[in-house]
Amino acid sequence: MNNPQLNKHGELTHLLSIEGLSAPILKQILETAESFVGVAEREVKKVPLLRGKTVCNIFFENSTRTRTTFEIAAKRLSADVINLNVGTSSQSKGETILDTVDNLIAMHADMFVVRHSQSGAAHLIARHVGPDIHVINAGDGRHAHPTQGLLDVFTVRHYKPDMHNLRVAVVGDVLHSRVARSEIHALTTLGVPEVRVIAPKTLLPQEVEKLGVQVYHDMATGLKDVDVIMMLRLQNERMNGALLPSAQEYFKTYGLTQEKLALAKPDAIVMHPGPMNRGVEIDSTVADGAQSVILPQVTYGIAVRMAVMSILAGNTE
Amino acid sequence: MKIHIKNGRLIDPKNNIDSKQDVFIAAGKIVGLGNAPDGFVANQTIDASNLIVCPGLVDLSARLREPGFEYKATLESELLAAAAGGVTSLACPPDTDPVLDEPGLVEMLKHRAKLLNLVNVYPLGALTRQLQGKNLTEMFELSEAGCVGFSQADNALTDTQVLWNALQYAATFNLTVWLRAEDAHLAKNGVAHSGEVAARLGLQGIPACAETIALSTILSLMRETGAKVHVCRLSTLQAVAMIKQAKKEGLPISCDIASTHLHLIEHDIGYFDALCHLRPPLRTERDRDALRAGLLEGTIDAICSDHTPVDDDAKLSPFAESEPGASGLELLLSLTLKWAMENKLALPKALTSITSSPASVLGIEGGSLSLGAQADVCIFDAGNVWKVEAKALLSQGKNTPFMGLELPGKVRWTLLNGQIVYQQH
Amino acid sequence: MLPDAEQLLENLSRQLQPFIADGAALVGIHSGGAWIASRLQKSLGGDLGTLDISFYRDDFSRIGLHPQTKPSNIPFDVEGRHILLIDDVLYTGRTVRAAMNELFDYGRPARITLAVLVDRGERELPIEAQAVGVRMTLKPGQNLELLRDAAGHFNLKLHEEISE
Repeated sequence: MNNPQLNKHGELTHLLSIEGLSAPILKQILETAESFVGVAEREVKKVPLLRGKTVCNIFFENSTRTRTTFEIAAKRLSADVINLNVGTSSQSKGETILDTVDNLIAMHADMFVVRHSQSGAAHLIARHVGPDIHVINAGDGRHAHPTQGLLDVFTVRHYKPDMHNLRVAVVGDVLHSRVARSEIHALTTLGVPEVRVIAPKTLLPQEVEKLGVQVYHDMATGLKDVDVIMMLRLQNERMNGALLPSAQEYFKTYGLTQEKLALAKPDAIVMHPGPMNRGVEIDSTVADGAQSVILPQVTYGIAVRMAVMSILAGNTE
Repeated sequence: MKIHIKNGRLIDPKNNIDSKQDVFIAAGKIVGLGNAPDGFVANQTIDASNLIVCPGLVDLSARLREPGFEYKATLESELLAAAAGGVTSLACPPDTDPVLDEPGLVEMLKHRAKLLNLVNVYPLGALTRQLQGKNLTEMFELSEAGCVGFSQADNALTDTQVLWNALQYAATFNLTVWLRAEDAHLAKNGVAHSGEVAARLGLQGIPACAETIALSTILSLMRETGAKVHVCRLSTLQAVAMIKQAKKEGLPISCDIASTHLHLIEHDIGYFDALCHLRPPLRTERDRDALRAGLLEGTIDAICSDHTPVDDDAKLSPFAESEPGASGLELLLSLTLKWAMENKLALPKALTSITSSPASVLGIEGGSLSLGAQADVCIFDAGNVWKVEAKALLSQGKNTPFMGLELPGKVRWTLLNGQIVYQQH
Repeated sequence: MLPDAEQLLENLSRQLQPFIADGAALVGIHSGGAWIASRLQKSLGGDLGTLDISFYRDDFSRIGLHPQTKPSNIPFDVEGRHILLIDDVLYTGRTVRAAMNELFDYGRPARITLAVLVDRGERELPIEAQAVGVRMTLKPGQNLELLRDAAGHFNLKLHEEISE
C-alpha cells in the first residue's frame, strides 16, 4: 500500500499521522522547528516562506486553542489564512465533507488544516485533493493528532536530549485519545526504549500492547523511575459513565499528585496537552510545580506547526 | 427450447460428477447427461469447450434494494448482476422499505422477480414486525406467500423473551429462523474488530465475544424450543468451534460466511478504506483461517455474497460514518475460485459451498443438475482472469473492496429454467 | 591553481579591522560565512551572529525546504548597528539578498558592509561586496566550496559537474 502521506517522490506531502513516518522525517520536522523557536523570539516574528499561499483551517470539531495556534503559525509564515468552523455552517445543511473541501479548493486553498470528530477524516480528504494541495490532520476522532505528538516529543527532546535512554509514561484515557496514539508512535519511532501506558482496563484499547507499549494498571509501579510523565485529559463524558464511576475515584487512583510524582526520577518532567482538569487527572501543585513543562509545551506548538507547514509547502510534485 | 451444451466439464457436486459430459435441456429441464435422449434435436448448441458447466449458483444473501431503496439499486439491475455472476437462485433479506413483514409485499416482490425472469428469488420474511424486535409477524401467512425463512437482517433483537417466542412460533410450523449472532450492546457503535487495527486507527471495536455470546444464547434457545436456525455471516474462530459442537450434538443448525470474509482481514482496512467497512467486521488472520477450515470440514455450509449495493457517496465519508456493506453478486464465483486455486482445493469441493449446500439450506430444488431437475446452469471459464472495475459490474453498487483486483473465473452463460438469461459478449 | 583560503582570510581580516574597531558587528551566513565570521571574531573581537537563510531563499517553491536548517542567532540588537555581512563565495547574489531580508527582520541596521572570501562574478542581482579576498572566474559547471578541517583550517575546493 502506498504511504498516503508521501508524494510520488517519497517526500512528505500530507501530515495525517505519526504512524507511517520514518525517524529521519520526524527528526527533520523537529530540527526545523528548532529554527522556528528562534523566530518567535525576534521582533519580526515572520518569515516569507508561505507568502502568496492560502492556508484553510477547516474545523468540523470546534477548538479555539488548536485553531489559534495553527492560525498564528500560518501567519508567521506569511500565509493568508481562512478559518472555517463547519459545525455551524454548511455541514449541518447536509453538505458533505468533500463538498466543503471542493469549494475551498475552487477558492485556491493550498493547504488544509483539518479537525474532525471521526477517525480517518483527514485521510479521506487527503485522498481527494489533487497533487500539491497539502492536508494537515489537526485531530481526527480517536486516531491521531500528529502535530501534538510532534510538539510533545520536541518538548521531551528539549529537556531530555538523550531519547535512547528514557522511560516515558503516558497516563490516562488512552482508549479515546488521539494525542496518546500520536505520542506513542513518535516516542517509539524515535527510539525511546520504554514507553508505558498507565490506566484502568476500561480506558485501554484491546491489544494496546501491539502499539509497542508496556501496560500498567497501578500508577505507583508504573511511575517508578520514569523520566517523562505525559498526562492525558479525561473528558467530562467519561467521568460518570459506564467506563469510570467518578472523577473522585479516578483522581485517587490515577491522578498525578506530589506523592505519586515523587516515585518517578527526581528530575522527571510532567507534560499535559491541555486543557487540564485540575483535581481530576492532575493536582494543581504538580501542574504549577517546578517539574511541570506544560507552559513551554504551548510555545513549542507554534514552532512545530510552522515547521510542518514549511516542509509540506516546499514539497511539490 | 432444446439446448445442447457440448464439450464442457460438468461439475455437479451433489451428484458427485466431475467429468466431460454434454448436457441436454428441453422444456426448462435437464433431459440428458452425457448422451442425448432419443430423438433430441437441439434448437441451440452451446460450445462449452474448455469451460466448466455447473449448477446455477445459489446465493443465500443478496440485497435487491426494492422496495424502497431504488436510489441505491433496482430489482432489474441487481437481478441482471446476479445472472452475470452465474447466480440462478438467491435469498434476499427483509430489510427493505417497507419491511417484508406483510404477505402482500412478499407476493409483489416475487411477482416482479418472476416477470423479470432472470433469477429465482426467495425472500426472507421479517421475524418481527418492522424488524423492531417486539411483535411477531404472521410467519405462517408469509411462508405461504413464499418466504423460505425468517430473519431480523442486521437489526438487533435484544429481548430474549421475544427471541424465545419467535423461535417457538417458527418451530411450531417448522420454519427456519435466520439470525446474525451479534450481541447488540457489545456491538453498539462498533465498526471494526476490537483488536490491533481498531486500536491503531482509533475505531470503535466489536469484540469477538459479541458473536460468541449471542451464538450461545441462540444455541440455548434452540435446545429449548427445537427451532431450526441458520446462522448468518460467521466471523470468529470461536463461533466455528461452537457450531461444530452444536452439529455434533444434532441441533438443526446451519451457517454461512460472506465471500468477503473468505479472503479479507482487519488489516485490509489499511488507511481507513471504507470499502472494508463491513458487518460483521473483518477479523484476524486466525479467524479467517478458521472460517476456511470450517468450510472444508462442512461446519460452515455455504459462502454467500451478502450483496449490499450502496450509492457512491455512501462510502465517501470517514470510516465510521460510511455505510457498511459490499457489492458482491458478480464476485461470488470468482472469490470462491480464488480461494480454491490459492489453497489447491478440488473445484467440486469448492463449488459445493455455492451450489448444492446453500440449496439444501434453502430447502429448494436448485443447486444440482440431476436428470429431471430445473435447468439452472452456469457455464464459466475458470482460466479467464477479469479486472474488477466499475464498468465491468452490472450492479449499481460499485462498492467492493476487491475493486481494481484481477480475479479468476468469467461467467460465459447463465441459464434459468432452460433459457439463456446471461451471455458474455 | 586555487588561492590559499587562509591567506584570503588574512587579507579580509586586515580590510575589516578598522570597521570592528569602530563598533561594527560580524554576521556570518551559514555555513561557510559563519565559519569565517567565527575566525574573524577570534582575531578581531566584536559581536558575532549567524544567519541561516533557509526561510528566505527565493527558490523555496521549486526545491522546497532544505533538509537541515540551523537556527539563526543574532545575540545583539541589530537596530542602528553597522553590520559586516560575511559569506564564503559571492556568486549570483541571491544568498546575500535573502540574508539582508532576514537581517532586516531583526531590526534596521545603520549600514551593511558585505565581505566575501571569493567573488566569482556572474551576478544575477545588483549586489556587490565592499571587501573581497580574491576575484576569480570559473568555467561553466564548476563550483567552489570552502572546507574546514578538524583543526579549523580552511581550504578551497573546486568541483566539476560531470555533464551527461
